[in-house]
Amino acid sequence: MLDMDYSPLLLSLKVAAISTFVVFVAGVFIAYMLAKRDFFGKSIVEALFLLPLVLPPTVVGFGLLILFGKKGWIGSWLLEWFDFQIVFTWIGAVIASIVVSFPLMYQSAAAAFESLDERLSNAARTMGASEWRVFWFIVFPLAWPGLLAGLVLSFARGLGEFGATLMLAGYIPGRTDTIPMAIYFAVESGQMENATFWVVMISTFGFSLILWVNWWSKRNIRRFTKS
Amino acid sequence: MRRFLLSTLSILLTIFLIGCSNAKETDKTGTVDQEKSDVELVVSAAASLTDALVELKGPFEEAHKGITVIYNFGSSGKLATTIENGAPSDVFLSASSKDMNDMEDKELINSESRKDFAENALVLITQKDFDSAISSFEDLNTATLDHVAVGEPGSVPVGRYTKETFDSLDLWEPLQDKLVLSSDVRQVLTHVEMGNADYGVVYSSDAFVSNDVKVLAEAEADWHEPIVYPGAVIAESMHQEAAQQFLDYLTGDEGKETLQKFGFK
Repeated sequence: MLDMDYSPLLLSLKVAAISTFVVFVAGVFIAYMLAKRDFFGKSIVEALFLLPLVLPPTVVGFGLLILFGKKGWIGSWLLEWFDFQIVFTWIGAVIASIVVSFPLMYQSAAAAFESLDERLSNAARTMGASEWRVFWFIVFPLAWPGLLAGLVLSFARGLGEFGATLMLAGYIPGRTDTIPMAIYFAVESGQMENATFWVVMISTFGFSLILWVNWWSKRNIRRFTKS
Repeated sequence: MRRFLLSTLSILLTIFLIGCSNAKETDKTGTVDQEKSDVELVVSAAASLTDALVELKGPFEEAHKGITVIYNFGSSGKLATTIENGAPSDVFLSASSKDMNDMEDKELINSESRKDFAENALVLITQKDFDSAISSFEDLNTATLDHVAVGEPGSVPVGRYTKETFDSLDLWEPLQDKLVLSSDVRQVLTHVEMGNADYGVVYSSDAFVSNDVKVLAEAEADWHEPIVYPGAVIAESMHQEAAQQFLDYLTGDEGKETLQKFGFK
């Protein structure tokens, strides 16, 4: 094997896993809250949620620096009260990943909830099921294929996040070097062997992930149609 | 279905039209420029030269009627690669001898036209209103700081010089966990300007143009390879004479004066 540092792999997986967890919980919750409701300004709120999807990563990164930088609105407050610094730490990478992958999760979850048959939930309610029970036993299982798609997309997006991460987490080898950063700086400094290794690694991983999801959802649909 | 098709078609058509209109526009300006001047001189220059060169453009064109200067700024390494791959260029102004040497080895430049036109120094900077506990490179240690922003040594020239400096002071290894490696010198400045990194190492010319940082110390010249800016005429240039005129102007009195005004030596 090549003589190299494998820390980017572990760090990337850690960052993507934590950010996906946060994004999944928040995305499902918010999408469910908004799904069956209509209120003034809903489209504006939704547009705000989806904004990171269309903004250039540098804009997102700059915005995050303004919020979470040492002199930033949230950053200065965290530093003062908890002596906690986000910028140039791996937590910064997690936050960048959360912000860019949230739209994907939200969109998938919203679509999944919108397409549910409201009558099923109502039937459960007439039999005295609490909202909590309705969600866990009716809504969640029925929406799961859509939620899973969002989950996988968010994980992949978090794993590949580069632009905003470079700005917020910086590039500190051994501390904040995710795979995309390792690739970028390897290419820039002409270490093609290193770059190729990481490119093959992350491509294989992404490819397997897509294969698995496709296989899984097909199997699920088959099972669903059979019963 | 029909409405869907119609709207899709109209969107595609709009994108297509935007594409066409842009193409036409560049065509037009291209012909207009040709009528106005005989020579369009493309100067590929290191990003750190931006401010000085922009200021030089007017006076040079004034003194050399018929020549229009077009700048192409970027990192020296990237510019060298694009020129090698055939990007049209007449003059190459590099921030490092290394890139220019590579170009010379591959016979991509006119060797006799090569000349060093500026020098730069490496400085330690901090945010303007940061009450710094240290005042020299030697004072840098893990106890006095959280983060130092520097260029990535493998790809950014200023990072290479910084590593040489830190190595000669035995600082690189102990500070490794505190070094935020940036993709160009502007990013180093941003990190320091916003107060996210306590210190940063940039060229003195960069510190010179930023209003939000102050210089704490200048690196001794023997801590790193000399930082010289070599310029040369590209071998394949169609405007050899005009390119040489630009280089002469840059190394002449006016050029020197402007470069000094922006912190170069």
